[in-house]
Amino acid sequence: MLTGSRAAPRLPLSSAIALAACGLSILAAAGCSGAKREGGSDAQTTAIELLNVSYDPTRELYRSINEAFADDYQKKHGTVVSIKQSHAASGSQSRAVIDGLEADVVTLATWPDVEAIAKSGLIQPDWQARFDNQSVPYHSVVVFVVRKGNPKRIADWSDLDRDGISIITPNPKTSGNGKYSFLAAWGSVLASGGSTDDARGFVQRLYRRTPVLDTGARAATATFSQKGIGDVHLTFENEAHLEVEESKGELEIIYPARSIRVDPPVAVVDTNVDRKATRHAAEAYLGFLYSVDGKEIIRRHHYRPWFADQQGPPEGFPAIEMFDVEFVAGSWNDAMKNLFGEGGEFDRIYQPAGN
Amino acid sequence: MASNSRWKKSLLNFFHLEHYWKHPLFSAVRRTGQRLARGLRQWSHSLSKAATATRLSELLLIAAAVASIGLLIVVPLASVFVAAFANGPRAWWEAIAHDPDTRHAIWLSLTVAPVAVAFNTIFGIAAAWLVARFRFPGRTLLVSLFDVPFSVSPVVAGLALVLIFGRQGLFGPTLATFGAKVIFAWPGLVLATTFVTLPMVVRELIPVMEAIGPEEELAAVSLGANGWQVFWRITLPNIRWALLHGIVLANARAMGEFGAVYVVSGHIAGATDTMPLRVEKLFQEYRTPASMAVASVLAGLALVTLVAKVVIERQLEAESKELEAARASDAGTDPTTGGDLS
Repeated sequence: MLTGSRAAPRLPLSSAIALAACGLSILAAAGCSGAKREGGSDAQTTAIELLNVSYDPTRELYRSINEAFADDYQKKHGTVVSIKQSHAASGSQSRAVIDGLEADVVTLATWPDVEAIAKSGLIQPDWQARFDNQSVPYHSVVVFVVRKGNPKRIADWSDLDRDGISIITPNPKTSGNGKYSFLAAWGSVLASGGSTDDARGFVQRLYRRTPVLDTGARAATATFSQKGIGDVHLTFENEAHLEVEESKGELEIIYPARSIRVDPPVAVVDTNVDRKATRHAAEAYLGFLYSVDGKEIIRRHHYRPWFADQQGPPEGFPAIEMFDVEFVAGSWNDAMKNLFGEGGEFDRIYQPAGN
Repeated sequence: MASNSRWKKSLLNFFHLEHYWKHPLFSAVRRTGQRLARGLRQWSHSLSKAATATRLSELLLIAAAVASIGLLIVVPLASVFVAAFANGPRAWWEAIAHDPDTRHAIWLSLTVAPVAVAFNTIFGIAAAWLVARFRFPGRTLLVSLFDVPFSVSPVVAGLALVLIFGRQGLFGPTLATFGAKVIFAWPGLVLATTFVTLPMVVRELIPVMEAIGPEEELAAVSLGANGWQVFWRITLPNIRWALLHGIVLANARAMGEFGAVYVVSGHIAGATDTMPLRVEKLFQEYRTPASMAVASVLAGLALVTLVAKVVIERQLEAESKELEAARASDAGTDPTTGGDLS
């Protein structure tokens, strides 16, 4: 044996077993530590922890809401609640919850993102009826953000059709902002009397001049405001206000004559709250969005709070003619299938700029 | 004259020269540049006139090398530190230490990386020993498998973990029964980090173990040492610098990993955000100085790694020379040397 050092011996069986056992034990350790962590937090039930899985631009809104709600809930029920937040593109977040991200509540950008979670069985099918206004506590509208002084003189949708105007908006496949921008552009043509073919042509030309398609709203904002790419950024009114405030005078907000109404729905993730025994706090949390205090915080962050007896825009918001998703595409299901689905309108018209 | 100055001004505007002139990075660069130029001038004066032509091309090549390294590495790295300390060291410290989510991100990185590195160390030694000391069917395949994490995109690695451990994944139902969380929790972060750093240690060890050869280990066994004694007294001392080198590299990669961790993290602030994820999140929340402060901590760790790497590499070099010298003097006299008998 000693002399045959180059023709090395075969692997002894015992060593192979030891190696395999080593690998398994490490996997088991990883699994156990996960279990232990969860068990640990269950043991100290005095404080409730909620996870709000939301879309990109709501970071600042929910930071304020969380603080106010935690105070309110403790006053009313004597229980300490801490709320953790998770933000990314709405579509990706929906997917993450389906894959096991243990959200107590979801506050996403579009109806299909919540509906997808419901279809996976984590949310009861009647979720839209649980809260007022079809579980939409606040609205927004897609507006334009342009550079200081509006150098390209962009006032309405038709101005986006001019040569040399470069447009920033996120990817409609992953982002709620992206979907609403697409629907707004499409609907603007229909609303001014154009045909479906006119709308398709307009949207196609628009995406030809979109140099970057970020996955989420916040990444698109960074592309436009911090990296300085593009002439006009199509985004939610709330995100536009934040972006303009942060730019310190470098950017301006432009309201087109008409645009799409944004309906971001909220829902309690039934399976998760029942397992974690957090239903009461989770329902109170979403209910808080409809309270007087909640609406004031929502208004302050430039989302349009919902009022039952509302005539015209809420106080402090400019009036703008709005159409909804049903007007543009019939329904969200149709929009998802015909516009954003595999081989849908977006797939057919989108060619990256420069091609 | 007036048109001339207007032309000059528009040219200045076109290149944003004023912006660069005012930038804090520039003053540092300017000073270094002046010093460098002075040194170069003295150096070129000291050269003989006959050699000037060749020296000039050399100078141009050196300048090109310095410029490209400067633009690709030094300037970006320096700009991170400049941006991090833009509001003074106190603001930097507050951004790091007074934001609970950032503190948690640092803590998380400091716990995830060592666990992943520890696993890779154990795995790396075992796997390198297996590959370097034994011949068995599938050995080449195994060695190529070690390289998979290098060639696969980290995002794919993350998604693969979701497909295996996600709620709808292969082990999803079983994990749910035991209430164990893997994806979107600490174990998932460890698994993702372990995956992307897997080749680091083993790749470092295989060539060293093959170069050292099994002779000393076989001698120890023939003198009656058991497996652990061989490992602790012969194998480990022989590979210690290569092992350290692998650990340092694996740790650097583990700390900085973004793609795979991004997919499995779930983006929960104060829970599953590691340092690189926190940098991105702060940047997107318009908190650029805080974001750059965390980035500077990451970059600082990278610099520490670099120093450690240089020190270890010197040791490695010294040892390989020693080994060669020993080989050379042993070759004629020692009958157990493989080279003599094969």
